[in-house]
Amino acid sequence: MRYFLLIFVVGVLAVTGIAGRRGAHSRNTPLQIFADMKRQSKLRPQTPNAFFASGVSSQLPVPGTIAHLPGLQVGDQVIPPYQDAPVLTGLETGSTNYVQNNPLPVTAVLLKRGQERFNIYCAPCHGQTGEGNGITKKIGAMGVVANLHDKRIVELPDGEIYHTITYGKNLMGPYGPNVPVPDRWAIVAYLRTLQLSQLGLVQDVPQPLQGALKK
Amino acid sequence: MSAIFPKWTNRLPLMIICGLLLTGSAVIAGVWYYFTPEYTRAGYQPVQPVAFSHNIHAGQLGMDCRYCHTGVEKSWFSNIPASSTCMNCHNQVLKDDPKLALVRESAASGKPIPWVQIHRVPDFVYFNHSVHVNRGVSCVECHGRIDQMDEVYHAKSFSMSFCLECHRNPAAKLRPLEKITDLGWKQPSVEAQHAFGTQALEHWKVESLQNCSACHR
Repeated sequence: MRYFLLIFVVGVLAVTGIAGRRGAHSRNTPLQIFADMKRQSKLRPQTPNAFFASGVSSQLPVPGTIAHLPGLQVGDQVIPPYQDAPVLTGLETGSTNYVQNNPLPVTAVLLKRGQERFNIYCAPCHGQTGEGNGITKKIGAMGVVANLHDKRIVELPDGEIYHTITYGKNLMGPYGPNVPVPDRWAIVAYLRTLQLSQLGLVQDVPQPLQGALKK
Repeated sequence: MSAIFPKWTNRLPLMIICGLLLTGSAVIAGVWYYFTPEYTRAGYQPVQPVAFSHNIHAGQLGMDCRYCHTGVEKSWFSNIPASSTCMNCHNQVLKDDPKLALVRESAASGKPIPWVQIHRVPDFVYFNHSVHVNRGVSCVECHGRIDQMDEVYHAKSFSMSFCLECHRNPAAKLRPLEKITDLGWKQPSVEAQHAFGTQALEHWKVESLQNCSACHR
């Protein structure tokens, strides 16, 4: 009995010693105690896959592929993704002139969405107020960040700002791949709101509310 | 007449029973403790090809999760960003740092960085990110305080009971949509959470799904 107990205690200590405790950080791939069908040979996004020459499961579309998406709702029109429309290109149809005004109806919902998206994608550099004092600027990591209240930018047509978001400019990278079309226009609309907050006059405030303003 | 069995053998059956009970309990305890994702998955912290720190980016710099994980609101899958997303800043920030060599190379060549996937449910579980983040379930509920991790590890177990804990009582976890990526945020009190949770449950028509095919297909 004594020997049995000794072996038992040594055994328990050995197992707990080797296996450790729950939640301990480990570099090893998680054990699969019961395989069941937990790992199947189906294609999953962004995983290595030997079937394709590039070795990845997520394949890029063939150049020139037209997205098979539901059209974009603009007012009562539906714009298919391949159309030469201002809402998609930021240009007047059939020309290289930037469209002057936001093609999407500017509503409170759009502005709210624009605010949220601006704070996600633009604020890291341009700052939440758009003054070009985002965190990358504050830590001194970036040399030049545009102040979005510059006269030059205020005077840009909406289409050009949309174009800059989509394709980038100078050191700013393209945000087209990460920010969908309606969100880009929402950001443009919100940016106009930010600019107006600096440029607005007392006369712009509705008469009954003017008294509530602090001088 | 000498005894065929010595006297101590009288205790033998008792010793065998005790021994079996002890061994049996130890085996059951071992299976209970170790044969669960709480042991096998939780704590998994692989070495990544690039020493990206979520603590610096999401924590100290205060970047939103969605700056990189752009698909999380639209897709079942929360994407790893393209290397070009890294280069939006790193074309200027630490632009010659050897730690980022692989990122620059990947952005130039289009060859993906071989990140190691940490959080992965079984292939027969159809978890959908978008439906959760668009209905008030924060990233932190499943992934833990990513914004405090220099190296990401598997913080929760991802066992079925882990999912069910919330599916049985979603009101305890739902939060306002604008706080989804604010990982440190909490309602000021349990009562406030309960009040908001029950209201959101009704308003967003959140169902407490517990049938098998909600997740298993």
